[in-house]
Amino acid sequence: MQTSTINIETIRRDFPILQRKVHNNKPLVYFDNAATTQKPIQVIDSIHNYYLNYNSNIHRAVHQLAEEATAAYELTRDKVAKFINAKNREELIFVRGTTEAINLIAYSWGRQNVQKDDIVVTTEYEHHSNIVPWQLLTKEKEAKLEYIGVDDNGELILDQLDDYLNTGRVKLVTFSHVSNVLGTITNAEEIIRQCHKKGVKVLVDAAQSVPHMKVDVQKLDCDFFAFSAHKMLGPTGVGVLWARKEILENMQPFNGGGDMIREVHKYETTWNDLPYKFEAGTPNIADVIGFSAALDYLENIGMDKVREHEIELTEYALEKMSAIKGIKLYGTSDMKKRGGVISFNLGDIHPHDLATIIDEDGVAIRSGHHCAQVLMERLDVSATSRASFYIYNTKEEVDVFIRSLNRARELFRI
Amino acid sequence: MSSADIYREIILDYYRNPRNYGKIDNPDISKRDSNPLCGDELEMHINLKDNKVSDVKFTGKGCAISQASASMLTELIMGKDFEYVKKLTKEEILENLGLPDLGPARIKCALLSLKVLKYGIYSYVAEKLNDAASADKIKEEASGLF
Ligand SMILES: Cc1ncc(COP(=O)(O)O)c(C=O)c1O
Repeated sequence: MQTSTINIETIRRDFPILQRKVHNNKPLVYFDNAATTQKPIQVIDSIHNYYLNYNSNIHRAVHQLAEEATAAYELTRDKVAKFINAKNREELIFVRGTTEAINLIAYSWGRQNVQKDDIVVTTEYEHHSNIVPWQLLTKEKEAKLEYIGVDDNGELILDQLDDYLNTGRVKLVTFSHVSNVLGTITNAEEIIRQCHKKGVKVLVDAAQSVPHMKVDVQKLDCDFFAFSAHKMLGPTGVGVLWARKEILENMQPFNGGGDMIREVHKYETTWNDLPYKFEAGTPNIADVIGFSAALDYLENIGMDKVREHEIELTEYALEKMSAIKGIKLYGTSDMKKRGGVISFNLGDIHPHDLATIIDEDGVAIRSGHHCAQVLMERLDVSATSRASFYIYNTKEEVDVFIRSLNRARELFRI
Repeated sequence: MSSADIYREIILDYYRNPRNYGKIDNPDISKRDSNPLCGDELEMHINLKDNKVSDVKFTGKGCAISQASASMLTELIMGKDFEYVKKLTKEEILENLGLPDLGPARIKCALLSLKVLKYGIYSYVAEKLNDAASADKIKEEASGLF
């Protein structure tokens, strides 16, 4: 099972859940990694260790446990800064996930900076979390929400961005770095360059990029950047918002409460420094600490290797899948522009029926609209099936998946 | 149930060639609902005459189970007494589909049609018959389905 790049057998041993059997003793083939990844024992142990040995609230108390917990929590921030090459650790805010990060920007920065008749530009391949907050904001402000379209190859039609930017009313352009449905890798640097020429801010939803490839926020040069720990071996309930320091300094807090204040008086409060100004209340200490172990794990493998492995698996799967009678594959076949996500439909089998059938063979994939109903409308389908890979997946598992798809095809007499 | 038991010829046939597919102009009962988790959609139209179902049609999109279930339900109630239709249970629907042991992940697909039917009857009984007591009972049954 050794591929040219990483030793999968060693990796798989770190994921106890991959040993379990489902449905009458079938080995689990977990291909729902775009939804959430499995967690290595190192992450599970680190959370366990925190609760066993130094559980404590952070930042305020002076006792030893609090000191240890604070140090571990803040160490994760340093590791995240290094992982995405952020210039300053104060630019990193821990939130619950990508969704909360985007909402924070919409409610805080958006409310301050988007006015009547301004434009927020998103794309047709966004996750609902990068559409609905902007609908709420633009409705409240009587501003406009516009979409960059998706072409038949699953790529953004960037000419449309030009048209929007030329109105001079765009305040923010926001897009996913990698589409969670099509796997398309957005030409982020080009979009950001164009936007910055016109002084327009850019938000990158990196939920599907940071887990799968090397990403450098300074090189990208965006203004806001969001991702979720649980999609990169980490625990649920932890996400990261990165934003430029000067933007964060001028932003109003999102949540008010403990920890985010410097001084509170009856009618006036002064804010704490960054990043604490945006981290009100007791945060998800245990899981932030667990995330640290996930970052170590990925650093150890190397993000370039992670990406290489996914390219190899995705190419292999695409080739095998395209030979299946009646299959429709979505997205580009150019692997330079594509992550390890494959959306497809098989004949007239509804994705839920397909998922039910192949689940019996132990294969876990996702079916439905993938929180991207605007894209489903664009593709003119009500749903798709989606297989998505990660570091512990193998070609042998792809073979199981292919056999299972053929069984479904036969059951439906296609 | 294994998928070989679920996706029998008859289910596939009703999925691909749904009976009573379509709409009725100005129906006595009209209801649309969807399952937000999987996006299955269903709309059902019913006409009543002499306290019997004189016509019934449905439109929708979704999986084989939800669409076959809806189509078979329309056949089951066509021409039947309204009293009978009001009292249909989920066990009867699953039995009629030939899927009595459907697992929790898919039972919602099979019961969406009954849910739409019950909510449709509820609106009719509440608004057109002004029978609040019966209406409440039907609503409770509908919301208790899943
Ligand atoms: C592209 C993209 N954006 C945002 C999200 C939302 O992430 P979360 O649910 O972790 O907040 C997801 C995950 O489902 C995603 O794939």
